Amino acid sequence: MIDWSGYVGLMLQGALVTIELTLMGSVLALFMAFVAGLGRLSRFFAVRALATAYIEFFRGTSIFVQLFWAYFVLPFLGIELTPLQAGVLALGLNVGAYGAEVVRGAVQSIGKEQYEACVALNLGRWQGMRHVILPQAFLLMLPTFGNNAIELLKATSIVSLISLADLTFQAQVVRAQTGNTLVPFSAILIGYFALALVISWGVRSLERRLARGIDGVRV
Amino acid sequence: MEWDWNFVREIMPTLIEGVKITVLATILGSALAAVVGLAIALLRRSFNRLVSRPVGFFAEFIRGTPLLVQLYFIFYILPDFGILLPPLLAGVIGLGLHYGTYTAEVYRAGIDNVPRGQWEAAKACNLDARQTWMHIILPQAIPPMIPALANYFIAMFKETPLLSAITVLELMNQAKSVANTYYRYIEPMTLVGAFFLVISLFSVVLLRWLERRFGRVES
Repeated sequence: MIDWSGYVGLMLQGALVTIELTLMGSVLALFMAFVAGLGRLSRFFAVRALATAYIEFFRGTSIFVQLFWAYFVLPFLGIELTPLQAGVLALGLNVGAYGAEVVRGAVQSIGKEQYEACVALNLGRWQGMRHVILPQAFLLMLPTFGNNAIELLKATSIVSLISLADLTFQAQVVRAQTGNTLVPFSAILIGYFALALVISWGVRSLERRLARGIDGVRV
Repeated sequence: MEWDWNFVREIMPTLIEGVKITVLATILGSALAAVVGLAIALLRRSFNRLVSRPVGFFAEFIRGTPLLVQLYFIFYILPDFGILLPPLLAGVIGLGLHYGTYTAEVYRAGIDNVPRGQWEAAKACNLDARQTWMHIILPQAIPPMIPALANYFIAMFKETPLLSAITVLELMNQAKSVANTYYRYIEPMTLVGAFFLVISLFSVVLLRWLERRFGRVES
């Protein structure tokens, strides 16, 4: 009989790293999504081109390759990253590229009359974006952002391959030490699923909160 | 560290071998995902709650957990139950099941988009359930969803490097073994990225064509 008590602590540590990665990656992804998504709608060709290149590059290559590139190739170019930094960077930039398309789609789906109203009220481009367009568009983005956050959570499992001690990594450790495969892997499957449920619940309640006072949106 | 074209030429044949396996895994995985997705979509519509509920939960569960963990599960745990799969087959099953839960949603949307009148007409013509599905519903439902399906197949292609974690000798694994042999990471990792980017860009062109060819929903 295996004494599991010590291993539970190990797995919880791994879960903590996974949560940390998910949160930090999501923050970077959200930031990149807005920068690149609004960049694609810019008046200036150079900004548009830069944003498009970023989005196509990070959506076109595998996140796996990006992570390995960040961890193994950047040191040769003189940029030394810890596994955690490489993980957050790769996850954030990758998911941010997907999020950017969500931002662009949501902003473009806001009706023309809203823009005309901004002009009529003599709001500047930035003011109109900040106070009129984005509050409405953000609500449209939220469900997809929730899906993206779950994708990011699932993608964190690959950082175990660059020796970052996340949930999947710890499961491998437990497996190596106990020789039992079924228990640790079943445990992390349930763990990831629980985390995904927390995210989708959180996004849904956020959606309900933000939808208050805006009509024409059904929640 | 300098970029070395001679080294690139030297490792190219090995990487091409990897690309072949990557493409093979994608094609087989896509075929499986197309079938699994349809099966899940149909079973979730079953009137028997004992069928639709467990299938629905199973699909949600697979969608909420990382592909990497599922691959470990298939590759390392099934042998405990006497099912020993070769790495590539385990990988294809993992990809197919995981993306099958995504394509199931595409099928569901496609089937829901078939107008009610078609179901009623099928009933009026005295077609049984199998005939209705085979001759009336699916032929109308499937063409509009081809672009969305293709989208997921491209996403799957970008996840194939995960198969390297269960010892499939695909592109990423070949690159890693080359990199570890010569201790040069820049060329192999960058080339892997380039391969993915090129194939993805071609796929995007193909996708646009599919959208033009099949994407129209007649109404």
